[in-house]
Amino acid sequence: MQQIINFLIKNKNFILFILLLFISLIFTIQSHSYHKSKFINSANWLSGGIYEQANGVSSYFSLKSENERLVEENRRLKNILYNKEDSLSTVHFIDSTSYPTDFKLRAAKITKNSYARSNNILLINKGSSDSIATDMGVINSKGIIGVVDQVGGSHATVISILNSISKINAQLKNTNHFGTLIWNGKSPNIVQLIDLEKVVQLKKNDTIITGGNSTLFPKGVPIGTVKDFKLNTTENLYEVNVQLFNDMTNLEHVFVIENLHREEIDNLLAPNN
Amino acid sequence: MGSTVFWNSLRFVIAVLAQVLICNHINFLGYIDPLVYIYFILLFPFNANRSFFLVAAFILGLTVDIFSDSGGANAAACVIIAYIRPFVLRFSFGISYEHQSVKLENTAFGQRMGYIIILTVIHHFFFFLLEIFNISNILIILRNTLFFSIFTILVITLSITLFSRKNS
Repeated sequence: MQQIINFLIKNKNFILFILLLFISLIFTIQSHSYHKSKFINSANWLSGGIYEQANGVSSYFSLKSENERLVEENRRLKNILYNKEDSLSTVHFIDSTSYPTDFKLRAAKITKNSYARSNNILLINKGSSDSIATDMGVINSKGIIGVVDQVGGSHATVISILNSISKINAQLKNTNHFGTLIWNGKSPNIVQLIDLEKVVQLKKNDTIITGGNSTLFPKGVPIGTVKDFKLNTTENLYEVNVQLFNDMTNLEHVFVIENLHREEIDNLLAPNN
Repeated sequence: MGSTVFWNSLRFVIAVLAQVLICNHINFLGYIDPLVYIYFILLFPFNANRSFFLVAAFILGLTVDIFSDSGGANAAACVIIAYIRPFVLRFSFGISYEHQSVKLENTAFGQRMGYIIILTVIHHFFFFLLEIFNISNILIILRNTLFFSIFTILVITLSITLFSRKNS
């Protein structure tokens, strides 16, 4: 017994080192699996508050481009409003004529943007007190941005589409062939669409939109255009490089989408049914 | 003694804020940010209690992790360099550092650079290993380690030269 205690005292630094390393490794492994980073995230009052203060200053630098984007969106919406008969024939954000699901949009602001790392996580200034919950989609006027992960009182983290654990159902516009949207970590403007069937007639500059297969996003949210494509190693599925519509390096105002039928759909699709 | 605690606490807060508010948004050439917060670990008093130093480094890394949503990658890398720091100190400054209160600002330039380079490269390597967490991307890990290290070493060397209180 005496010897064990002596051994512990003698090597207390090494044991402490191993213990702390072990704790950090657990946090690291948790952060690389979906919805697991419960303790180590920036959606708490301290980091959220500091980022909000800093964003209060830095948002002035992008006022001009942000105003231009809002004017552009207003123009598009006014176009739809004044030409009502057209709105049925073209696919817009929420294609309610073909998909009778109900979605609720809430405005939020990005207080921490990140795009240069291999696992990018954003922070928005709305949380559980604004009815934001895990697994809600985040978009802006140009296209998709990510999925809400951890939610704090008045802040929430968002898994950007520029993240190696992000997997989003996407499809080719005007067809029903769908694939999975992932990111290889290389360029913040290009994401990859994999598992797209070989029978699809792909062309350069075809539009990619979100598919209706997941409850995260409504069908038809724009993503990007086909940049180039090739068959994968087994030669039966396409791997497509998608040029994003969104400039992920310059984000400010976003919308959080709540799918009001989500619980019902998830219950129906649950494996034990 | 009291002033040492004060200056190191202040350095802790400044290191975290400088990292998360300024340096995480530099994106030089699109993706290179200096990880300057390890400045705190490099300058932590050489004769301090080792267990306390390990815990301080862990808390520093974890704070940066919370702000940058990187899980525990910073914490792990910080704990590793905090643990190996005595060996690196002996390697760079010789056995003498233990007997006298050496201050980093007063050491010879070559020895100081050796010390900073070894710890920075080791920290960055383990950080990117855990952040990318995919051994098949080893080339990206090594490339990031190289480029980020150059930037970090440059910024840290400059700030040590700028903020050092003239040889007391």
